[in-house]
Amino acid sequence: MELELRGITKRFPGVLANDDITLTVRSGTVLALIGENGAGKSTLMNILSGRYQADSGQILIDGEIRSFDGPGDSIAAGIGMVYQHFMLVPVFTVAENVVLGVEPTKPLGVLDKRVAREQVMDISERYGLVVDPDALIETLPVGIQQRVEILKVLRRGAKILVFDEPTAVLTPQEVTEFFGIVAELKARGSTIIFITHKLKEALAIADDITVLRGGKVVGTADPKVASVEELAAMMVGRDIATKVVKETVGGGEKVLVVENLTLTDDFERPLLKSVSFEVRAGEIVGIAGVQGNGQTELVEAITGVLPVSSGGVYINGENVTNDSPREHHSIGMAHVPEDRTHVGMVGSFSVRENLILDSYYSPPFSRRGRLNGASISDFATELVERFDVRPPLIDNLASALSGGNAQKMIVAREFSRDVPVVICAQPTRGIDVGSIEYIHEQIVRKRNDGKAILIVSTELDEIFSLADRILVMYNGAIIAERVTTETTPIEIGLLMAGRAAEAGAR
Amino acid sequence: MTPPSPVDEQVVDPHVSPSSRERSRFPRGLHSVVARLRLGMNRRSSLVVPPLALLSALIVGAVIVMLAGVGLGETLSAYRAMLDGSVGSVRAISETLTAATPLILAGLSVALAFRAGLFNIGGEGQMLIGGMFGVLIGFSLTGLPIFIHLPLAILAGCIGGALWGLIPGLLKARTGAHEVIVTIMLNFIALRLVDYGLKTSLFQREGRSDPISKNIEATAELPQLLGWLDSSLRVHLGLVVGLVAAGLIHWLLFRSTMGFEFRAVGANSTAARYAGMSISRAYILVMMLSGALAGLAGTGQVLGVLDRASPGFSAGIGFDGIAVALLGKSNPWGVVAAALLFGGLRAGGQEMQVSTGVGIDLIAVIQALIIIFVAAPAVIRALYRLKTTAEATRISRGWNS
Repeated sequence: MELELRGITKRFPGVLANDDITLTVRSGTVLALIGENGAGKSTLMNILSGRYQADSGQILIDGEIRSFDGPGDSIAAGIGMVYQHFMLVPVFTVAENVVLGVEPTKPLGVLDKRVAREQVMDISERYGLVVDPDALIETLPVGIQQRVEILKVLRRGAKILVFDEPTAVLTPQEVTEFFGIVAELKARGSTIIFITHKLKEALAIADDITVLRGGKVVGTADPKVASVEELAAMMVGRDIATKVVKETVGGGEKVLVVENLTLTDDFERPLLKSVSFEVRAGEIVGIAGVQGNGQTELVEAITGVLPVSSGGVYINGENVTNDSPREHHSIGMAHVPEDRTHVGMVGSFSVRENLILDSYYSPPFSRRGRLNGASISDFATELVERFDVRPPLIDNLASALSGGNAQKMIVAREFSRDVPVVICAQPTRGIDVGSIEYIHEQIVRKRNDGKAILIVSTELDEIFSLADRILVMYNGAIIAERVTTETTPIEIGLLMAGRAAEAGAR
Repeated sequence: MTPPSPVDEQVVDPHVSPSSRERSRFPRGLHSVVARLRLGMNRRSSLVVPPLALLSALIVGAVIVMLAGVGLGETLSAYRAMLDGSVGSVRAISETLTAATPLILAGLSVALAFRAGLFNIGGEGQMLIGGMFGVLIGFSLTGLPIFIHLPLAILAGCIGGALWGLIPGLLKARTGAHEVIVTIMLNFIALRLVDYGLKTSLFQREGRSDPISKNIEATAELPQLLGWLDSSLRVHLGLVVGLVAAGLIHWLLFRSTMGFEFRAVGANSTAARYAGMSISRAYILVMMLSGALAGLAGTGQVLGVLDRASPGFSAGIGFDGIAVALLGKSNPWGVVAAALLFGGLRAGGQEMQVSTGVGIDLIAVIQALIIIFVAAPAVIRALYRLKTTAEATRISRGWNS
C-alpha cells in the first residue's frame, strides 16, 4: 500500500509541531524519517496513528483520502504502529500478548488459547518472525519482545508499519536481526516508515530518506549517495562534527585504580569477575560491551552505589572501596549515570533543584542546614547557560526537558565540579545529534584539563571517537584491552561478542 | 519553591497508548491517591479543583439528603445552619478553629511523610501516645509556672509521638517493612495501650473505676485565645502552635537541606541514593517528625480541649489528617486551608444536627465526596468543562521530549 501525506499541519499552543508536511511512501519500500528530538516526528506519527487530528492536510492511502478520528480508524486503514516503549504484559505469554485487545473467544467470552496460538504461529510463519508463542514476555530479550510487537500489528492486518526509534533499545546483534526482519517484511509487500535519529541506520535500510527539522520537511536524500555528514547537517541545520577532534595528551598519573573488583548477585552468581584497570590523568578509557555484560554493575561498584564482595577502588591512592556515594562525591568523583530519568535526576524537581542534587549540602548552596536560594539560582542560571540547556529556565520541571537537554543538565551538574575522576555511563544514549556533539566536546575538554575519564558505552562509534584506550567487557570480565589507534571497530565488535580467539587471529 | 511551570502533571509520554494515558488520570485505589499526594506540587490548574470539589460535594450531598426523603427547603435550611454554625458568629468561628486545630497538625504529619514518599496511616496511634505523654506531664508536675509547665507538656507530647513514629521508620529503613502495615498495626496497639494505661494508678483518676486520667494542672492548659471575650469560646493556643508548625514545616521542606533530601527521596529515591543521600536516615527522621506532629495534635486535644485523657480521645482525627493532607495537596499552607474547611464542616455539622432534622452523618458524606473529587480531578474537569490549557501545553512538551 502506498501512503501519501499532503500538507499536514498541526499546531499546539505556542508550537507549530507539523508545518505543511508532504511526503510519499511508495508501496513496498522503506522510508526513513529522520530528525532531531522535537523536529515533529512523534507528532506526525501520532497523526498517522489517529491519536491526534491534523489541523489541515490530508492522508491518502493508495490514492484515497482517509480521515482518522481515532486509533481505530488508523488500524482499520492498515496502519500499524510499533512504539519504542513496548506495550506488552510481562506476565502474559507471547500468544496472549499478540491477541490482546482483539482476542479470539469461546462462548461466554472465554479466551480461546488454542486459536490464539495458531493465529500467532500462522503469522509468525508467514512473515518469518520466529518466536515461541508460549514463552512469557518477561523471560524474553528485548529484541524478541520487539518481534512480538511487530506480530501484534501484523495480526491486526497492518500493511503499513511505522517503527518509532526501533533500534534504541536493541543490542548491535539485535539491530542486525531487526534489519533482517525489515527486509523480510518489505519482501512480503509491507510498506515501512522508520523513524530514527541514527543516521547510519537510515542509510543502511531505507529506500528513501526524508529529513524533518522544526516541524518542516527540510529535504530528502537518496541513501545510495547520501553521507552521514550531509544528513546530519540537514537535520541540525548546520555542519556537525561527527568525529571529535582531540589533541594527544600525555598519559599522566594513575588517578583511578580498580583492583580485582569482584561482585556476586543474591544467588552468588558472579556479576564482576576480578576486574582490574586504571585510568590516568588526561586519559579517556572507554568500556565497550554489549549491554548486560557487567558494565552497569561495574559503574555502580566504582561509584559506591553497590557494595563489592572483594577488590578495591582507589582515587589518587586513597582507598574508596565500599565508601558511600556521598564520600565518593566529596573525595572527587563525578558520575553521569546511565539511566537518565530514573537515576540521574528527579523528574518532579525543577532544573534548579536537579543541578544541586548532589551538592546541596555544602557551601555555598547551604550553610548549617539552610539552603541559600540566591546562590543556588545564580549557580543554576550560569550552568544552564554554560551547558546550553534549552529552554534555559531554571524553574522548569526536569521532566519537561527533552532527553538531550535533560542529559545536558546532568552533565552540567557533574562536570561543573573540578574533580579528578569523571565516570560517564552511556552519556549520549537516545539523544539528538546536536546534544551528542556537545556532550562529546565537554568530555574531551575534561580530558584535556587532565581529568581521568571512564566512559561506558554500547555505541562503538562513541567509544572510538572518544576513548584513548578501549577495554572490552564480556560476561562480567574485561577480556581485552586495546589502544584505540591500534584497533578497529571490527575487532572490538568481535571481542564484544565474546569471540576473543577470532579477533585475536586477525 | 513554587515552580511557575505550566506543566500540569508528569509529562505525558507520546508513546503511551491513549487508553493507558486515560487510565492514569483516574484513580486506581490507594496507589493513585498516594501518587497524587506525592506529586502534590503547586499547580495552577489544580488550584481550581479543591473549591469545585467542595461545591460538587455539597450538591451531591444535598441530593443524597433529598433521596432520604428530606424536602428541598429543609435541605437548604440545613446547609444554612451549617454555614451559620461554622462562620455565622464569633462562637461558630471559635468552634471551627477549635476543630481545625488538631486537623492542621494531623494533616501536616501526613503531608510531611507523603513528601518523603511515606504513607503514615499511624496518626491515630501517634496522637494517642503523644497525648498520653502530654497528659502525664500535665498532671504529674505541680507548682511550675505556666511558661515552663506548658512547653514541657507540649514537648513531652512531641516526644511521645516521635517515638511511636520512630518504630515504623526504623522498621522501614532497616528491614523494608511497609510503613502502611506497621502504622496501622501500631494504631491498634496504641489504642489498647491507652485503655490499659488509663486503668493503671499512674494515669487513672483517684476514686474512679472507669478508664479516665487525672485532670491536668491549670499550668499545663493551653490558654483560650478568646477567653477574655467569653470563657465558653473554646479556641485555644493550640491553633497558634498549629500555624507555627505549618510555617516551620514549610520552611523545612522548601528552605532546608533536610527538606530537600526528604523531597528528593520521596520523588525519586534511586536518584536520591545516587546523589549521595541516605534513604534510611531520611525515612527515620521523617517518621519521627511526622509522629511528633501527630503527637502534637493529640497533646493539643488533651491540653486544650479535654483537660484529661479518655479511651480513644484521638477520635479519628488522625485519619481525617490523611484527607486534610490530600485536600491540601501536601502543601503546609494547603493543609491549613483544608483543615479550616474540615473544621468548619465539623462545627457547622453540629449546628445543623441541633437545629434541623439532618444528621451530622451528612458531614462525613460530604468530606468523603470532597476527597473522591479531589482524588479524581478528571471528574471535576469533565463536570465543569474545564478546558485544560495546561494539558495542551503538556502534550506539546511531551512531544518535544
